[in-house]
Amino acid sequence: MSAPPIPTAVILRTEHLGRTVKDKTLVQDASFELRKGEVLAITGPSGSGKTSLLRLLNRLDEPTSGTVYVEDVDYRNIEPRELRRKLGLVTQRPFLFPGTVADNLRFGPAQRGQTLSSEGIEQLLSQVGLKDYSGRDVANLSGGEAQRVSLARTLANSPLALLLDEPTSALDEAAKHEVESAIQKVVRDQGLTCVIVTHDVQQAIRLASRALVLDQGRITRAGQAGEVLSA
Amino acid sequence: MLNWFFHSQLQLGLAQALVAALAALTLVLLARGRGIHLEVETLIAMVRGLVQIIAVGSILVILLRAPRWTSGIVLAGMIVAAGATSARRAKGIPDAFRVSAWAIAFGAGSVIALMTSLGVIDTAITTLIPIGSMLIANAMNTNGLALNRFRADVLAHSGEIETALALGAEARSSVSPYVQASFEASLIPAIDSLRSLGIVWIPGLMAGMMLSGARPVYAAIYQFVVLAMIFAASGLTSLVSTTLIRGRVFSPAEQLLLQPGR
Repeated sequence: MSAPPIPTAVILRTEHLGRTVKDKTLVQDASFELRKGEVLAITGPSGSGKTSLLRLLNRLDEPTSGTVYVEDVDYRNIEPRELRRKLGLVTQRPFLFPGTVADNLRFGPAQRGQTLSSEGIEQLLSQVGLKDYSGRDVANLSGGEAQRVSLARTLANSPLALLLDEPTSALDEAAKHEVESAIQKVVRDQGLTCVIVTHDVQQAIRLASRALVLDQGRITRAGQAGEVLSA
Repeated sequence: MLNWFFHSQLQLGLAQALVAALAALTLVLLARGRGIHLEVETLIAMVRGLVQIIAVGSILVILLRAPRWTSGIVLAGMIVAAGATSARRAKGIPDAFRVSAWAIAFGAGSVIALMTSLGVIDTAITTLIPIGSMLIANAMNTNGLALNRFRADVLAHSGEIETALALGAEARSSVSPYVQASFEASLIPAIDSLRSLGIVWIPGLMAGMMLSGARPVYAAIYQFVVLAMIFAASGLTSLVSTTLIRGRVFSPAEQLLLQPGR
């Protein structure tokens, strides 16, 4: 008889999280938790509140009800800059800053007065399959390369968890495959906790261990990704 | 030609105003052809401007006999009105009126106070109010340009700003490039006015001084003095307003409040 798996620490827990703007409910009563090393997919039709929920998780928007606990601390008690470093967000469009790839990777640590070493930059770039890209101007990158730089830039902040907002939805098939592979490699190698918003059910099954399905801002299904998304 | 038909000064003035308004309305029609609708805003602005200037002209006649300190009250009223007018260019930014009023009060007010105390501006109501109003009006325009550009840049770059926030940047520093750009853009008219002085345009103040008997060289030098004061007042106003407004687009939890479609 095999021993039961040892439960890992809860990294992120939401309690009745909600946001209503001008009488429009974007997210309603969302309660779930995420343990260390888990990958959670949030899926649902367009306008179901997936991105709104993700933005609440790192407090880019303010909840109008409920809250989020990060390692058991109510995130309203965490300084916003520190919270956002801990919960690293990768957006749908990469929004790289003008300059080189290395400049972009140095941005996050520089906000805390730290300097990212050349070795650190090369290590991050090889994790996302962009070895020797550090001196390249970001203006000359393809969509897939830019999104992988965006992922490496977020990882440069050594986040507790990654929040990925439709990271491949603006890419063609080849670039989508590159970015997805980079995400898989990072999650597998580092055991990173991750929340990925995607409307692509197959991608959610490939990447995530658990899944939530949203509809009109409410969680309608939750559980193991294979079961929830195959239903 | 108009003076062939109108013999009283009031009738002539109204006819001249009508012709000038028609020229402005031609622009409105041209803009309409391009799908830009300025009709209502322009019409209201013209009628309002005409009524206001006639009212102020009438008040100035009364003020000519008033004590000098009353000019301080008039200028303060102008600053409040200028703040309200230019704050409209910052739709959606909380506190825009307060920021504008403080910026214009500091920018134009400090230049007026300094120049009056040094004797560059005469304290007589007939000098202080017209010159003070020129500084306030130009500070208002510069402030409106700065706020309008800042608002447009923040809306156009909300993705970049939120990316910086998400990477742990301080809210105020995440909008620094747009603060800088709006400050620089707002000063373009003032710099161009100084640069083209005497070549592209001969301002009304100089023409008026010469008509009332001042020596042309003194009138020219004083016109430069006024434009340099306008530049200083406008620059200080823009500096203060862009410094104050940068924090107003964020919530206390460093969330970007000004976003497209909100």
